[in-house]
Amino acid sequence: MTATTIPERKQPTAFQRFFRARGREDSPFGRLLIHIALILACVLSVYPVLRVITISIRPGDRLLSTSLAIIPDDASLEAYRTVLVEKEFLVWLWNSIAITAATAVVGVILSATSAYAFSRWQFPGRIPGLIFLLSTQMIPAPMLMVPIYILATKLGLTQSYRGLVLAYSVTSVPFSIWTLRGYYDTIPHDLEEAAFIDGASSLSAFWLIILPLSAPALVIVFLFNFMAAWSDYLLARVMIASERSLWTWVLGVRDFQSQFQTQWGLFAAASIMVMIPVVALFLYSSKWLISGLTLGSVKG
Amino acid sequence: MEFLTWEVVLNALGEVGSTVLYIFAGTVLLELFVYFLWTPLRALSRRVDGWLDPLGDRLRHLVATVLMAVVVVFAVRAIAVGQTPSPWAPYWPLTVVVFGLGLFISPNALNIFQSELRLAYMLLAPAVVGLLLLVVFPLLWELNVSLTNLNPRHFQSPDYIGLTNYLEVFTKPVLKQVTFFPVLLRTILWTAVNLLFHVTGGMILALLLNRKMRFKGLYRALLVFPWAIPQPIAVLAWRGEFHFEYGFVNIMLQRLGLPAIQWMTDPTWNFIAMSITNIWLGIPFMMVILLGGLQSIAGDYYEAAELDGASAWQQFWGVTVPLLRPVLTPAVILGTVWTFTNFNVPFFINQNELETSDTLVTALFRSAFQYFNLGDAAAFAFVIFGLLLVFSVLYIRVTGGLKGAYE
Repeated sequence: MTATTIPERKQPTAFQRFFRARGREDSPFGRLLIHIALILACVLSVYPVLRVITISIRPGDRLLSTSLAIIPDDASLEAYRTVLVEKEFLVWLWNSIAITAATAVVGVILSATSAYAFSRWQFPGRIPGLIFLLSTQMIPAPMLMVPIYILATKLGLTQSYRGLVLAYSVTSVPFSIWTLRGYYDTIPHDLEEAAFIDGASSLSAFWLIILPLSAPALVIVFLFNFMAAWSDYLLARVMIASERSLWTWVLGVRDFQSQFQTQWGLFAAASIMVMIPVVALFLYSSKWLISGLTLGSVKG
Repeated sequence: MEFLTWEVVLNALGEVGSTVLYIFAGTVLLELFVYFLWTPLRALSRRVDGWLDPLGDRLRHLVATVLMAVVVVFAVRAIAVGQTPSPWAPYWPLTVVVFGLGLFISPNALNIFQSELRLAYMLLAPAVVGLLLLVVFPLLWELNVSLTNLNPRHFQSPDYIGLTNYLEVFTKPVLKQVTFFPVLLRTILWTAVNLLFHVTGGMILALLLNRKMRFKGLYRALLVFPWAIPQPIAVLAWRGEFHFEYGFVNIMLQRLGLPAIQWMTDPTWNFIAMSITNIWLGIPFMMVILLGGLQSIAGDYYEAAELDGASAWQQFWGVTVPLLRPVLTPAVILGTVWTFTNFNVPFFINQNELETSDTLVTALFRSAFQYFNLGDAAAFAFVIFGLLLVFSVLYIRVTGGLKGAYE
């Protein structure tokens, strides 16, 4: 009988710790390196935004400067005042809020219901339908602009929000259906079957069981719909560009930025004001972001 | 100049609100329509099936397919191109009849009208109608236009010129000077460079964040920033920062003793500027996705690998990457498609409209909206669409991803 040697467990090196799964300790030196790397990455990701803030509080006569100071000398809120009081910015912002809120809600309702059908019924055309939805993601955006514009003109929907609301609500539906269907698929059917035994209908099972359980995915889909409509430039330009009072903030901000010399500060101030609510919404929902985006696809 | 008065507030609210109400009313009508038509249609499908049964499934399939093909051809041709209505247009109700015939002749009719599917179709109906109106119809229109010479010289009554436009995509300049293949190569380069940086950058950050540590939430929040900012703002801000004299990129270069760079006028540097912007924008998405994937990998795998003496590098390629595949495959496909079709970055960063910085999608936009060569642009659009479709199918085949979708 030969004695089998049990391989001795080696102490992992600092390099190994770098690729380590969570929950195990790193050496203090490794930790320091990781923090330094992350701080560097954070600076890279935040610095351009800081610059926008800097420019927004520069006094009007020193907009063009080669200074890199984060807080400029004689910081002033002049640009904010100009944007709010002398420009139509608030009108544009309000237009955007109204359009975006409506489309995000309509989009989520449309996709949440259809995704349930895709997840729970084997109807003919289900797989071709899913493939069709996936292939719509390959359509380059300008491709649909001309026909949508012509359709909207024929139906009298241009230079008004009707066409925009309709188009925004529908164009993000394919992606939303895919995300939600993936998430619904991870919810065991037993839950609904138990409800059916208690006499629930499919619809009430959907309302009472599926929807509450898929909250993270619904948040993601809402956020995607919201962001898509909130920061759209192409469709807005095509549909409502000719009348300034109808503009969304994107068209307005683009207009500020088109002349570098004069309105750089206005662009910066307007951007900051548009950014704050969206970033807040985004960071607030970031804990759902991870589970909502990955759970659906992990199943595979 | 207009200010935010009550009138303005109510006006926007009224327009948006009434649209939502119309959508709601339309949905209710649609649902009622499906609900009440279901039983008679189901009965009809059974009766027709009884009559046609002796014909055999093969023949019925064939007839149904032919009828559906007729419907598609007719639907395409009946859509007006240009100002004059199509001569086929008055007969469009016939398509509905033919469509119905095809549907009931097909042996699938019995499957389609199963009793337990009523609710499924009711759930699907609003999205289907919306997609028909805003995706399928525009696509058919585009298909139709791609066969015509619709451009500023033939705006009133364009002629059908067959597949000429498709040939010309490859043989003639797509804009003023550039031809298709250089633009295609540039777009592929753009996609590859961006995606490489997105995935590696996102992976490194996700690996760094995937541990118990102080300030983890803060780091994550700051790193997600570029994704959270509305894209037009981020892109326009970057464009300003690439300004020759006053942008921070050149200021920093000069402070480091390097020469300033002509980001806006030099073709190569303009392309690099586009890439820097888009890499900055895209890393957070990959990071979030990969971090989610990493968190779902149990620590046991690593312990087992370590017992077997696997090095960290081997653990990464042997454990982490394979287990991340279900997350990585869809993310890479989406990332590729989004980068390939990205419009904002190449369009805005390219302030001087250099044709040498155009990707396929911005070239498409210019061709359609600046030169109004709608016929050419439509064919061009289908070529781009086809390329992406082929890429995705191949990628899914090769990696075996998205299997879950077909269960």
